Amino acid sequence: MSVTAHAHVEDHAHDDHAHHHHKETFVTKYIFSQDHKMIAKQYLITGLIMGFIGIAMSLLFRMQLAWPGESFPIFEAVLGKWAPDGVMDADMYLALVTIHGTIMVFFVLTAGLSGTFSNLLIPLQIGARDMASGFLNMLSYWMFFTSSVIMVISLFVEAGPAAAGWTIYPPLSALPMAQPGSGMGMTLWLVSMAIFIASSLLGSLNYIVTVLNLRTKGMSMTRLPLTIWAFFITAIIGVISFPVLLSAALLLIMDRSFGTSFFLSDIFIQGEVLHYQGGSPVLYEHLFWFLGHPEVYIVLLPALGITSEVMSTNARKPIFGYRAMVASIMAIAFLSTIVWGHHMFISGMNPFLGSVFTFTTLLIAIPSAVKAFNYITTLWKGNLQLNPAMLFSIGLVSTFITGGLTGIILGDSTLDINVHDTYFVVAHFHLVMGISALYGLFAGVYHWFPKMFEGKMMNKNLGYVHFWVTAVCAYGVFFPMHFVGMAGVPRRYYQNTAFPMFDELTDVQVLMTVFALIAGLAQLVFLYNFISSIFYGKKGPKNPWKSNTLEWTAEVKHIHGNWDGPIPEVHRWAYDYSKVDENGEYIIPGQDFVPQTVPLQKDEEELNH
Amino acid sequence: MTTLLILIVLALVAIAIWQMTKIFELSQLKTESSQIANDDDNKNNGYMLFAFLIFIYAITIFSFWKYSKFLLPEAASAHGADYDYLMLVSFAIIFFVQTITQALLHYFGYKYRGEKNKKALFYADNDRLEFIWTIIPVIVLAGLILWGLYTWTNIMDVNDEDDPLIVELYAQQFNWTARYGGEDNVLGKANVRMIDIDRANVLGLDEADTYAADDVIVKELHLPVGRKVNFKMRSQDVLHSAYMPHFRAQMNCVPGMTTEFSFTPIKTTAEMRQNADVADKVRRTNAIRAERAANGEDNSDPWEFDYILLCNKICGKSHYNMQMKIIVETQEEYEEWMKSQQTFGQLMATNEPGPAFNTPLGADRN
Repeated sequence: MSVTAHAHVEDHAHDDHAHHHHKETFVTKYIFSQDHKMIAKQYLITGLIMGFIGIAMSLLFRMQLAWPGESFPIFEAVLGKWAPDGVMDADMYLALVTIHGTIMVFFVLTAGLSGTFSNLLIPLQIGARDMASGFLNMLSYWMFFTSSVIMVISLFVEAGPAAAGWTIYPPLSALPMAQPGSGMGMTLWLVSMAIFIASSLLGSLNYIVTVLNLRTKGMSMTRLPLTIWAFFITAIIGVISFPVLLSAALLLIMDRSFGTSFFLSDIFIQGEVLHYQGGSPVLYEHLFWFLGHPEVYIVLLPALGITSEVMSTNARKPIFGYRAMVASIMAIAFLSTIVWGHHMFISGMNPFLGSVFTFTTLLIAIPSAVKAFNYITTLWKGNLQLNPAMLFSIGLVSTFITGGLTGIILGDSTLDINVHDTYFVVAHFHLVMGISALYGLFAGVYHWFPKMFEGKMMNKNLGYVHFWVTAVCAYGVFFPMHFVGMAGVPRRYYQNTAFPMFDELTDVQVLMTVFALIAGLAQLVFLYNFISSIFYGKKGPKNPWKSNTLEWTAEVKHIHGNWDGPIPEVHRWAYDYSKVDENGEYIIPGQDFVPQTVPLQKDEEELNH
Repeated sequence: MTTLLILIVLALVAIAIWQMTKIFELSQLKTESSQIANDDDNKNNGYMLFAFLIFIYAITIFSFWKYSKFLLPEAASAHGADYDYLMLVSFAIIFFVQTITQALLHYFGYKYRGEKNKKALFYADNDRLEFIWTIIPVIVLAGLILWGLYTWTNIMDVNDEDDPLIVELYAQQFNWTARYGGEDNVLGKANVRMIDIDRANVLGLDEADTYAADDVIVKELHLPVGRKVNFKMRSQDVLHSAYMPHFRAQMNCVPGMTTEFSFTPIKTTAEMRQNADVADKVRRTNAIRAERAANGEDNSDPWEFDYILLCNKICGKSHYNMQMKIIVETQEEYEEWMKSQQTFGQLMATNEPGPAFNTPLGADRN
């Protein structure tokens, strides 16, 4: 293996020479770029724009929840005819909830997070000149871009955007007479998602091939940084589960447009019986959640990978239990594909199936617990450099624990009965995957900003403001929400005024909304910091965080091929921070880190991790 | 409440200003222009991490103190006590773990904040430790899984023992209908293809089926206390979910199939109204409603506690208002009520339009 890898390295060095003389136009450099670093930036900026839309939507419907039926000029300004006299329409409320979910889960946290950092870091951290196929990579981004555009266009459809919830369960999503959003809006939603899935598959295949084949000399699988392990496994679960969502979407399109009955049967609506016979909505639920649950980990694993890397670097300590971390990632990935039924305990499927899914679901808590404990131990006796990226990583572990623990309730089929589809669920998944993955995204942006923008750094003090306000508000929104769910308030209710038993919860709703609005403002601080740093950011040192991984040995200025000279060779794992010899001296005198490119010193023991 | 909000906002603004001034100072000094955390940053943020731990505990205690009373009252069904107990134990475990792990995480963040020339400990592995924190969750979860599955199997076992009352819950956008088996306690055959709105056969019952003639169709669910009820759920249009939170009961209604759930109500509505928690809740709610009435706002009629059936699966525009009242009463009261109801056979015979079953009530109310 090492011989072939070596040969490969040489080859690439030669290839690269040719590239240098190739003149790049504006179009090939900034638009149809095949360079993974540029594609990463394209993913990030598209993801952030979608994130802005998604978060803005959540603020709108949070205001409706806190002050139901109240008139707000902002509603009228943003929603137009959907907010006559500034009062939000009930169909629009459902549409906002639906598109918020879709955008945040797929467009921000799948493409924006995994797309950005897989593209940026896989070649740089494994020591490759680029992805295995730069062309497929470009195609993947532009399909993502197209699907984003279609999703945004769907917001302006006459009858309104899709409004059946982000899970778009039929028959609601299949029948335009059940809900106006199930007309053109839903068609565009399905088209957008079909293209998105294709984009995600192209990307994932590329990541897998690149990690397996293009590792530099000495970069064995067990020397890979945990970021790469996370991206690699994420790509694999993406390839396994996304096609199933595509089939669900295709069958739904057929039911909607071509009169088939895959998911529909025995329907009487608006005074007439429809012809559908023999289909089952439960089948759709199975297909959807076969992706839908792994999707949670497609969102979360890259965030955990980023956290591992950022935390170890800033703690100036090796990540604790590297092998256990890799094993947990694999265990989580495997289990994630056989737990989907816990979304369907009370869907009408056989209760025995519910038992099986309870069993597999609660098992997933074990590798998750191992990861949490390993993070905590990584901090123990460290020399923590509390950069914004580090704070977001610690924040991630905190919300991952808080949100993950309530999974023990929801994963238990018995306990799920009464909290299913209530705000308890909303609180749970926002903390464990929404907020946690966003923190991972932010940690990654703060940490690798210099790598993306040629050495420029983001302002740390604005970063601190961003983190602390966000951290307080995230708990402020989602902690009290558990109680709302335990009081029995169902999710996706336009307002809770039809039930006197929910009257006294209005105060909590107001509290959560105020926190959400403040959190929204805090994101503007990030946006300002991000944009101004791109243009006016101060250049930092080449390796600002004193990190061991290969990306910091690459040229600061972006060149096609990453390294001007030959690709570096790797001699050790990525986590030799604060490693000392027998005399208690650092391996490299005066320096508490040993980059992966430094050969083993005389008498140095390589850790058999 | 408003005071609290103002306080929180003020605190946040204060933090923001504090940090902003720091930025200003730094930009004045110019000596320290690096965007990499220095000892001061580590110190400040280390303290902040500790403060954040206190914040997490504070918001937990605050939420319990202020919001515990919002939680559902004790279960009104036979299996509900098991449910509540399992929930309590699970929560105890969760809070124990949460308190400890958050403390360790944030305390370490504070304790080991970076200082120049401090040496971190190179500590990459410890099989024993990792074994311990793998095996403990395994044991705890194994216990929870077994207990949960035992309870689940008991709850979900819908059988005909103990002469259960058979009731159909029928969902449509955006209202509920209930159907009783009548004298014979057997539901007549039904299908959406037999719906005849003109003759008020809104549930699509088979008029030729002799079991259907004595079925009773109502818009308010009455249940006799202490008798097991087997629910058969149907939906005519989209997915709905029959959620009866006070009974710890929920099941989706799926077009094209019949789903089932079973429970035994153990407290009548009258008894539940006497419950201290419920009475308190009603008092608090009516105080809010009185205030509304004083301000001339809508939705201000005094409230009396009732069990309720909610729709808990997104079903369209008026999803938020798809409900049916549930009344649990003594056997005598139940029989009395049942006697006053018309059977399906009588309904068809008189062929009167009957109550307007098929109007989308919720939509109209808007």
